[in-house]
Amino acid sequence: MATMQYREIPGRSIAYWTALFACALLSVAGVAVGLYMRAEGHHVTGMNNQIVWGIEHVFAVFLIIAASGALNVASIASVFGQTVYKPLSRLSGLLAIALLVGGLWDLVLDLGRPGHVLDAIIYGNFLSIFAWNMYLYAGFLVITGFYLWFMMERRLNHYSHAMGVTAFLWRLTLTTGTGSIFGFLVSRSAYDTALLAPMFIIMSFAFGLATFLLILIGGFRALGRPLGDLIRGRLKRLLTVFVAAVLYFVVVYNLTNLYMPGQRAFEGFLLLHGGVFTTLFWVGQILIGGVLPLVLLLGKKGGTSRTLVIASAAVLIGGLAQVYIFIIGAQAYPQQLFPGMIVHSSFYDGVVNSYTPGWPETTLAISGVGLVGLIVLLGVRIFPFLPESLADQVTQAHAQNATAPHTNAITSP
Amino acid sequence: MSDERTELGSDEAPDQGHDPSRRRLLALAGGAVAATLMPGVTLFARTLSIGSGKTPVRFGLLVDTTKCTQGCNACVSACQDYNGLSKDPGPDNAQWIRKVTITDPHTGFTRSFPVMCQHCAEATCVDVCPTGASFRRPDGIVLVDKHRCIGCRYCIMACPYKARSFVGRVIKDQKPWAPRGKGTAEGCTMCVERVANGKVPACVAACNDKGEKAMTFGNLHDPKSEIAKSLARFSTTTIRADLGLRPGVHYRGI
Repeated sequence: MATMQYREIPGRSIAYWTALFACALLSVAGVAVGLYMRAEGHHVTGMNNQIVWGIEHVFAVFLIIAASGALNVASIASVFGQTVYKPLSRLSGLLAIALLVGGLWDLVLDLGRPGHVLDAIIYGNFLSIFAWNMYLYAGFLVITGFYLWFMMERRLNHYSHAMGVTAFLWRLTLTTGTGSIFGFLVSRSAYDTALLAPMFIIMSFAFGLATFLLILIGGFRALGRPLGDLIRGRLKRLLTVFVAAVLYFVVVYNLTNLYMPGQRAFEGFLLLHGGVFTTLFWVGQILIGGVLPLVLLLGKKGGTSRTLVIASAAVLIGGLAQVYIFIIGAQAYPQQLFPGMIVHSSFYDGVVNSYTPGWPETTLAISGVGLVGLIVLLGVRIFPFLPESLADQVTQAHAQNATAPHTNAITSP
Repeated sequence: MSDERTELGSDEAPDQGHDPSRRRLLALAGGAVAATLMPGVTLFARTLSIGSGKTPVRFGLLVDTTKCTQGCNACVSACQDYNGLSKDPGPDNAQWIRKVTITDPHTGFTRSFPVMCQHCAEATCVDVCPTGASFRRPDGIVLVDKHRCIGCRYCIMACPYKARSFVGRVIKDQKPWAPRGKGTAEGCTMCVERVANGKVPACVAACNDKGEKAMTFGNLHDPKSEIAKSLARFSTTTIRADLGLRPGVHYRGI
């Protein structure tokens, strides 16, 4: 009987320890900066009372979106029965947890009073989508934890399907919640649309898979473990569909705004004369994050590791640009207290606000990524998350074995 | 037909056929469900009654923009002095009240008037606050509980009036009646402690003393109050009335 073999990584190389140390250092730097911001106040950052959410929120939202998307690979295997993806499920779950923890790290350490974060659970206001998200995030970590346990413990394997379905439904709810943090706001021209919930879901598919691909290909290359065309080809097709779907949502979002006369000024800002935001939109989000990956993935060499890495990196860069525009650009564009009027005040009404990320919040933003790296590096070192081989003959044999009756157990060595 | 009904009735009527322990269990379960739901149902009903009915007191403001002059800044200065706010208009400083000038680009019509927290009945800052730190008093004044605010700034993102600010630095020489906590959100309190002592907010007092008497403060729900009479007499509006937030601050002449 063909079974998939998983093994912890040796983790003895200098490269491993260097990466681990760098990630640990970044994580600690995040705590230090968080304490500094708490002690001095947020005036030490680039944020102010016009741009109240900064680069750390961009990274936080990006990581949280990517977290739910990273779990998709596992969901495709257990919920949709695509057994060829099953050997990737464990890494998918680990990465999902790591990304969410990294995102929350950024979010919590940025708070004005981070020590009081539990007040959101103790005194939870259930009219607040933010409060709901606290429960959704906590639930996601618990459910994905159990999902991983059921996948990795042979005696509990038969529960993994049910847990996989639960995790999949939960992650859809979670990303709906994340999108609704913005979608429920009537205060800003960029928000206030139900489209944001499904758009965030499809963004999560793309960002999560791109992150997963980078870790998978990078990790297998570093470990010298084989990664066959079969898996790469499947993931390539998935990424292509997801990137195209994100572009579709972006087109619909902008077309809807363009059709509404009251929203055209905002669209003009975004598409034509918004300075850095317009550049980020066309060059970052559309060109690098959408067109380039599609051209690469649909090309003749679309399935090679090199192309997949470049395409995935491009999706991540474009994704970060997209979230940056979405969060910072939305605040930079003046709030419409008196639509159609020219507005002036001493509090920057009617003014396009500027923002330059300061070193404290930039450090905090990157520290979340460092924590993701730390969790993944420790995870694959301690537990058997990674398959020993994803060569075509191994994955094919495993997929056939898994689809045959009574032989769907994935075993650890 | 009648026989059938009798038969059905006779099947259900006798008590002897039922297990008393099961009945007890059902009663207990029912009691538990009722006890669990009761507080929620009561709260919900209370919220509905507050939302739909009129409370005895709802404090509000009426700003007559036809009287407010562009150069006058008395209300803003009074607020800054009374509440210990900085007079530096830097982008990270709070402005609980500000003078806004609007101009219609097609007609040239211009008005200048103060904008502050609109103390909405359907306050978005209250809805979105994850800890309930943003809250609305029964008299309609919207405040921030500094002890419960975690400094997430979601209320600032959610307010359509730019009325909330974040305290981003250590504040010295605070006024005892206007505590300001570093790392928390804040906004116009409608000078709640002055109102509690029967006075009008500092901005209104300044407008009456040094300005053009353009601001009226009072109980919107008291038909005999000056503000309620003015609202009944003149055509007024609220800022972004289309959002349906039912602000407590009304404007005449815009």
